[in-house]
Amino acid sequence: MSEETPAFRVVGDVSALPDYAFGPRSILWWGNSAFMMIEGTAFVLAAAAYLYIRGKGGHWPPPGVRPPDLLWGGLFTAGLLLSELPNRWLQAKTRQFDLASVRFGVLVMTLAGLALAGVRAVELSHINVRWGVDAYASCIWLLMVLHTTHVVTDLGDTAVLCLWMFTHQPGPSQFSDVNDNCSYWTFVVVTWIPIGFLIYLGPRLL
Amino acid sequence: MTAETDLRARGLADRRRRLLAAWADAPGLWGFLTTVDHKRLAARYIVTTMAMLFAAGMLGVDMRLQLAAPDMHRMGPQGYDESFSLHGSTMLFLVSVPVMEAMAMWLVPLMLGQRNMAFPRLNAFSYWMYLEGVLMLWIPHALGFTPDLGWFEYPPLSGPAYAPGHRADVWAQMITFTEVAALCVSVNVVVTIFTMRPPGMTLGRMPLFLWGMLVASFMTVFGLPAVMVVTSMLIADREVATHFFSPSGGGDVLLFQHLYWFFGHPEVYIIFVPGVAFVSSIVETFSRRVVFGYVPMVVAVLAIGVLAFGLWVHHMFAVGLPKMGADFYTAASMAIALPIGVQIFCWIATMFRGRLQLKTPMLWVIGFIVTFVIGGMTGVMTASAPLDLQLTDTYFVVAHLHYVLVGGAIFPLLGAFTYWYPKATGRMMSEVWGRISWALVVVGFNLTFFPMHLLGLMGMPRRIYTYPAEMGWGPLNLLSTVSALITVVGAGIFVLNALLSYWRGRLAGANPWGGSTLEWATPSPPPPYNFDYIPTVDSVAPLWTRDELHALEGLSLDSREVLVTTLVDAKPDNRQKSPKPSLWPLLTALAVGVMFVGSIFSPWPIVWGSVPVAATIVGWFWPTRPRAQRGPLRART
Ligand code: HEM
Ligand SMILES: [Cu+2]
Repeated sequence: MSEETPAFRVVGDVSALPDYAFGPRSILWWGNSAFMMIEGTAFVLAAAAYLYIRGKGGHWPPPGVRPPDLLWGGLFTAGLLLSELPNRWLQAKTRQFDLASVRFGVLVMTLAGLALAGVRAVELSHINVRWGVDAYASCIWLLMVLHTTHVVTDLGDTAVLCLWMFTHQPGPSQFSDVNDNCSYWTFVVVTWIPIGFLIYLGPRLL
Repeated sequence: MTAETDLRARGLADRRRRLLAAWADAPGLWGFLTTVDHKRLAARYIVTTMAMLFAAGMLGVDMRLQLAAPDMHRMGPQGYDESFSLHGSTMLFLVSVPVMEAMAMWLVPLMLGQRNMAFPRLNAFSYWMYLEGVLMLWIPHALGFTPDLGWFEYPPLSGPAYAPGHRADVWAQMITFTEVAALCVSVNVVVTIFTMRPPGMTLGRMPLFLWGMLVASFMTVFGLPAVMVVTSMLIADREVATHFFSPSGGGDVLLFQHLYWFFGHPEVYIIFVPGVAFVSSIVETFSRRVVFGYVPMVVAVLAIGVLAFGLWVHHMFAVGLPKMGADFYTAASMAIALPIGVQIFCWIATMFRGRLQLKTPMLWVIGFIVTFVIGGMTGVMTASAPLDLQLTDTYFVVAHLHYVLVGGAIFPLLGAFTYWYPKATGRMMSEVWGRISWALVVVGFNLTFFPMHLLGLMGMPRRIYTYPAEMGWGPLNLLSTVSALITVVGAGIFVLNALLSYWRGRLAGANPWGGSTLEWATPSPPPPYNFDYIPTVDSVAPLWTRDELHALEGLSLDSREVLVTTLVDAKPDNRQKSPKPSLWPLLTALAVGVMFVGSIFSPWPIVWGSVPVAATIVGWFWPTRPRAQRGPLRART
C-alpha cells in the first residue's frame, strides 16, 4: 500500500507549555490514584469477607473473647484524624513551592506517622485474640494487617521524601511528589473509618 | 531538489539523530537489562508467552494422547492431575492475560502517537515479575512438585488438611506474581490513555481498539485484587492457621469460591475484550471503512465490562444457592449476550458495507466469529442454572471453555499477530502459509473440541485420567485426539512462518495493509522514539482523512520528554519528563521475588524481605538533582 510514512506538516509548537503539573494534570497523580483504587478494592473485598463470615451467624466474638480494647484504638483514630490537619496544610504549601514550609510539613508528618505507628504497635497487643483462634479472629487480623501495611508504607514514603527534601534542591516535580504523598495519607485516613468501625465496633454492635 | 526541501531534509535528519541519542538504549546486555522501551519489553513478553503457549499446548496434546482410547495407563491419575493443572494455570495466568497486556503495551503508545507509556519503568518491573511467575510454576514442576488441584484450587482440598507440602502454595504465589505484573501494565494503559492522547483525539475519537484496552485494564484493576486477597487468605490458612475457609473454626469454604469467581469470571472477559479490540482494528482495515456504529460499539464494550462483574455466581450454581438468586444470575448471564451480539452485528455490517479483503488476519476474524458464536451458545446453555446442574464437571464444560478461550481470544490474537507483525519486524508473513496454518488450526480445533460437547452429554466427567471401554466414549475421543494433532501441525506452521518471515519475508514499508490509525504513520519497525513529531488527529481514522498529517513540535529533542493532554478533549496541557533506562525495576522485582518465594515457607520473609524491597523502590524513585544549599542538611564543602 504505502512504502513511506505520511508527511507531517508542523502546525504548532508546545515548547511554551509548563514542564510540570499538579493533581489530575500530572501523570504521577493518576498512577497514585490507580493504585489507591486497587488497594481500595482489596479493602472492600476484605471487609466483604468479614461481613460474609459474620453473616453466617456464629458468635461474634466467640464466647470468652473480649472485643479489641477501645482505648488504644480510640487514641489511634483520634491521632490519625488530627494528622489530617498538618497534612492538608502541607498539601496546600506544595502548590506554592514554599520550600521552608514543605520541609517543616514533611518533618511533622514523618513524626506524626512514627507516633501513630507506635500507637498501632500497642494496639496490636490489645486485639485480645490470636488470629488462629477462629474465623472471627482471622477477619479482625486481616483488616488490621491490611491497614497497618498502608500506615507503614506511607510512613516510609514520607520519611524518604523528608530526607530528600532536606538534602536536595527540589524542582516543581518534587513538590508535586509531596503533594501526591499527601493524597495517599488522606487515603490511609479515610479507609480507616470503615475498617476501624468493623474492627472495634463490629464485635460490639454487629 | 530545491534548496528549501534540501534544507528540510537536513533538518529532519538532524532531528532524528538527536532523538535517537535521547531515546536509544545502551548497547548489549546492559541495555537489555535496563531498557524501558515499551516495544522491546512487550516483544519480550510476547515471546515468553508464546514459549508458554507451546509448553502448555504440549501438555494438552499429552493429555489427549492419554485419552485417545479407553483403559490407557501411560499416565497415572497423579500425572494427569498435574497435567491439567499445569496446562490450565499456564494457559490462563501465564499465556492469555499477559499476552493481552503485552499487546497493549506494544500498541497503545504507537496508536497514540507517543514516545513511550506513562510509566516506562513500571513496564520493565512488570515483565520481570511475570518472568518470576513463570519460573515460580515451572521450576517446581521440573523439581517434581507440581500443583495438582486444577486452575482453581478450592479449599478444603487445597487447605492445610488435604494438601500438605507446597504444591498449593506454589500455585498461589505464581498467581501473586502474575497478578502484580498484570496490574502494573493495566494501570499503565489506563493512565497512558487518560493523559497522553494526541492532541485532537477526544474520547469520542478514540479508536475502538483503545476503548477495548481501556475497559480490559479497568476490569483488571477491579478484578485482580480479589484473587490476590483470596490466595493470600489461603496461604494464611495453610501457614499461620487462620480459619477463613475452615468450617471447624467458623470459616466457610464457599467464601473462597465467591472471591475467586469475583475475579475468575471477569478474567474471561479480561482476555476476551482485548480480543474484541483486535477484531475491530482488523475488520476496519480489511473492510476499508470505519467500523459501523461507533457509539453502540463503545457502549457495548462498556456494558460487557460492567456486566462481567455481576456474573460470578453462575460458576457456583452447583453449590446450592437460594432459588431467587439462581434465577437472577441466570438472567444476568444471558444479558451479556446482548452487547456481544451488538458487536458481532456491527462487524458484519461493516464487512458488508465495505470492500472486504480476505487477507490472513481477516480469516482469523471469521474463524473467531464462527467459533465464538458456537461457544457463546453453549455458554448460554450452561448459564441456565437447571441445565448447568446437569452439565457441570462434564466434558461439555471443557468444550465450552476452549471454544470461548481459544475461539474468543487465541484466534483474534493470531489474527492480530499476523496483522501487526509487519509493523514490529518490517517484514510480511507469508500469505500462503498463513492461510494453510489458519485452515488447519480452525478445522482441527473444531474437530477436537466439538465432539467434547457430545461426550459431555453422554456423561463423560472432566478431569478423569482414563475411562472403561463399556462407556462407549472411545470413538469420539479418538477423533478428538487426532484432530488435536492436526491443530498442532497448523500451529507449528504458524510459528515457522513467523520465524522464517523475520529474515525472508517481503519488506513491508510503513503501512502495508493501508490501516487508518497512527501506528501506521511511522516506519516499520518504529525507531526507539516512535515518531519524528507529535501527530495530531481530527477523526477516528486519521490516516484515511488526510494525506498530510498535522503535527506539533516543541518537545525536547535531547532529553526524554512527553506531551500530556487533557482528559476529555485531549488539548495540549503540559510537558513531562519520561524516565530513562534503569536497573532498579529488575532489582526491585528480584527483591519482591525473594519475599514472595520466602513467604511460602514462613511468614517472616514478609517482614525482613520488605527491607530490600523498600530499598530498591527508593533507588528507583530517587530524583537526581543538585544537593541543597540551604538548611541544616545542606551540602557542605
Ligand atoms: C491444542 C490445544 C489444546 C488442547 C489439546 C487442550 C486440551 C485440554 C485437555 C485435554 C484438558 C483437560 C480436560 C479435563 O480432563 O478436564 C484441558 C483443560 C483446560 N484447558 Fe486446554 N487444550 C488446548 C488449548 C488450550 C488453550 C489455548 C487454553 C486457554 C487459553 C486452554 C485452557 C484450558 C483450561 C483452563 C483447562 C481446565 C484445567 C482445569 O480443569 O483446571 N486450553 N485442555
Ligand atoms: Cu463466568
